[in-house]
This record gives sequence, structure tokens and C-alpha cells, in this order.
Amino acid sequence: MSVLRTLLRYLPVAILAVVWELVVRLGLVSDQVLPALSDVAAAWWRLMVEGDIPLHAKASFARAAYGLAIAAVVGGVGGLAMVQSRAVYRLLNPILQMLYPIPKSALIPLVLIFFGIGSASKVFLIALGCTLPILLSTLNGARGVDRSVLWSAQSLGASRLATLWEIRVPAAMPEILAGARTATAFCFILLVSSELLISRDGLGYLIANFGEAGVYPEMFAVILTVAFTGFCADRLLLALSRFMLRWQAPS
Amino acid sequence: MSRPGTTATFGADRILDVAVPAAILVVWLIVGHWKLVDPFLVPPPLEVFKRLAQILVDGQLPAAIAGTLYRAIAAFALAVAICVPLGLAIARIAALRWFFDPLISIGFPMPKVAFIPIFILWLGVFDTSKIVVAAFACSFTILATTVGAASNVERAFVWSALSLGATRSALLWEVVLPAALPRILTGLQIALPIALITTIAAEMIMGGAGLGGTMMRAGRFADTPGVYAGIVASGAVGFLLVKCLEAARRWLLSWHPEQRETR
Repeated sequence: MSVLRTLLRYLPVAILAVVWELVVRLGLVSDQVLPALSDVAAAWWRLMVEGDIPLHAKASFARAAYGLAIAAVVGGVGGLAMVQSRAVYRLLNPILQMLYPIPKSALIPLVLIFFGIGSASKVFLIALGCTLPILLSTLNGARGVDRSVLWSAQSLGASRLATLWEIRVPAAMPEILAGARTATAFCFILLVSSELLISRDGLGYLIANFGEAGVYPEMFAVILTVAFTGFCADRLLLALSRFMLRWQAPS
Repeated sequence: MSRPGTTATFGADRILDVAVPAAILVVWLIVGHWKLVDPFLVPPPLEVFKRLAQILVDGQLPAAIAGTLYRAIAAFALAVAICVPLGLAIARIAALRWFFDPLISIGFPMPKVAFIPIFILWLGVFDTSKIVVAAFACSFTILATTVGAASNVERAFVWSALSLGATRSALLWEVVLPAALPRILTGLQIALPIALITTIAAEMIMGGAGLGGTMMRAGRFADTPGVYAGIVASGAVGFLLVKCLEAARRWLLSWHPEQRETR
């Protein structure tokens, strides 16, 4: 029953796919402008079997993983330090206010100059761009803890570290996870745009390469792969949030 | 937001707001002066500001900023003009909701910059293409928040209005829209930076004038002061846009309780 309902729910996507195939097959749109969906699927299968997509995906995912891991550690630790110590808060806050409005894609030429076209530039770019949302959500979440809960813990003799770890972090978890979701979205934007521009491997490079060569079924296949990966990453993170927040009353 | 009980430290906070950036500038000056870091990577601040002044005077920078602002704002306006009405319609009409709901939930988390090469193929590399890409990128955020906001309007408001004889259009304009406005505006405040980020990324990829194209050329020609000048300029543009939207929110929601709370 629930399978049927899910199928029915995603029927509009299937309709769109059929319309895509039909407008090209009926010649309403030239396949030089929009390759038929079946051609794109065939190209995707070929790229998977011949190993192009797996090879470049490996490079891209490694960059995303390293960048996000650095951002999570720096952002999480930074945010908690700002909550624990007023001095750290006062020092870091003006810097955050300065960095916050910079559109992160503007940093691509800078990392190009610093690190060249290899993996280091993308890892650094992603780490830089994703630290801010994680840090801000950690800060906001950990700051918004109910005072009376903190006082109770302190009166029961909890140390500063214990209140941080046992009370502030769990209380901040919903916001931290929301920040992680934003960070993942940023990560994909920065990864793809930097690979489109300054790279010799990775899925973004593959897209740009096929685009310049004019092999559009392949280009569409890789683009849809990236888009679908972004979607899956978001869904995984949502599932993780639900799992980690299972102690919470459902809203 | 001044919290009660923090008035004593407020002055110190204000000083640090100025002192920390000043300290960074001093460190940058020292690093630049004694060449502690390769000046190719971190040029002395004076050189960056000289460059900023130079391209400000010869009109390059104002032209680049104007181009980027025009594209980002046009893209944002296009997305708002389409997605806010569409979002309201999706929230109120069951058939539209059935069709668009799965598309929004799939499209929302997709990295939209990956589609830039498709837009190049369809629309070329000039203004239209860049504007449509940036509008596409921020449209899902606007749609999702508008649908969410308009679906969660307090039932009692709607029923009261209907029982008092409100017409459908009055219901929309007098009840649903004002009630949903705070959350719609929050969505717009998220969408505008996305429009700017995507505009700059599209300018970098498609080339041409504008901050993105100018910076990317500076980067390729290893013109470090040009890159730093571009980052400072795009930070200023981002700051300006965010502040404008905050002011718009205050003005549009001057009747709303949230404005009293923050004062």
C-alpha cells in the first residue's frame, strides 16, 4: 500500500520524464539542444561501465568528504568555544560578521592562486565555505539552551565540560543538524563550480569537458548524476537527523 | 538585540567590533611589510587598496559591480515574480500541489550550478543565460518556503474570514498573504544570497564583464591584488544586498509583533 502511495506521489516526475522523451522523439525539440532521455540513460550506463563516472566521482567525493570533515570540526569546536568563553565570542564575532556576507563562490580565484588546480584548492574552498553555517548553527543552538536546565545541572555539581557535553550539545543538535544540511548544500555548489572552472578531474570537470566537446547525452548524464547525488546526500542527512533526534517529541 | 544584564559589557563589545578588524589589518600590514608570507599569495594591503582605488576611479569596478548587481537582482526579481504566486497557488489548489510537491522536494536539494552548462547550451553565455541560471538556483528555496508558509496559515483566521463573508481574493490578499509574509520573507532572505552566489559562479564560468568574470581573469593571470580587490568588492555587494532585504522586512512587517520584540 505504502509502495503504491510512494509511486503515486512521484508520478509527476515520471510524467515529466515521458514528456522529455516525447518532445525529442516527436521532433518538437532538436536533439542537438535536448538529448532524448533514453539516449542520456544509455550514455550514463556506458560511462558507468567504462568507469568514467566512478573514477571522477571518487575524486569529487573525497574532496567533499575532506572539506566537510574539516568544516565540521572547525565549525563545531569554534561554535562551542564561542558559547563557553565570552572572550572567544568577542574575538570571533566581528570576524564572522565580516566573512558572512562574502559570496563564497568569490573565493574560487583565491584558492586557485593559493593551491592551484589540484584537490587542495577544492578541499580548502569547501572547508572555508561550510565552516560558517556549521559554526553559526552550533553557536545559536548551544546559546539557546533553557537557563533553568543549566542551573539545575550546575547546582547538582556538573562541571563546565559536563554541562557543555551533556546539555548544550544535545540541546543544540537540531540546529547543528540543520546547519549541516545547509553546509552540505554549500559543499555541492562550491565543489561543482570549482571543478567546472579550475580542475583536471572530478564530476564537474567531466561535465565541462563533455560540454566543450559537444557530446550532450554524456553531459546530461553526468549533470543528472551530480544532481541525484546531491539529492541523496540531503536525504541521508535527513534520515540521520531523524535517527539522532529520535529522543525528541515529534513536532 | 541587547540582552538584559549585558549593558555593562555593551561598550566593550562595540570597541572590539572595531578593534578586531583593525588588528587583522595591522597583522596584514606587518605580514605585507616584512614579506612574512610570499607577497604573491598575500599582497600588502596598501597594494590591494591602491588597486581598489584605481579601478574605482577608472570605472572598471563600478561597471563590474553594476553588472553583477543588475544580474543578481533581475534573477531574484524574476524568481520572486514567478515563485511566490506559484507557491501560493500550490498551497491552495490540490491538483497543483500533487504535481509540484515531489518536483520541489527533489529539485530543492539538487546543486543547481551543475546545470549551468545546460543553460549555456540553451541560452548562450550572455545576460539572459546568467539571469535565468541564478533565478533557477534560488527559485526552489522561494517555492518551498512560500508553499510551507501559505499551507500553515492559522485555520481559525481563514474560517473567521470566510464566516464573515470574505471572497476568495479577499481571503488571499487580506488573510493568507499577510499571515504567510514573515516566513515568505525569511525564504527570500535565504534566496537572495543564493542568487548572488550563483550569479558570480555563472559569471566566472561564462566569462564576460561583472565581478565573477573580472575576478576569474585576475586569478588566471595570477593578478593577486585584482583577486583580493574582487573579494572585498563582492563582500561589500553581499553586505549591501543583505542589509537592503533586512530593511525591506522591517518596512513590510512594521505591523507585525516580531518588530516590537526586537526593539
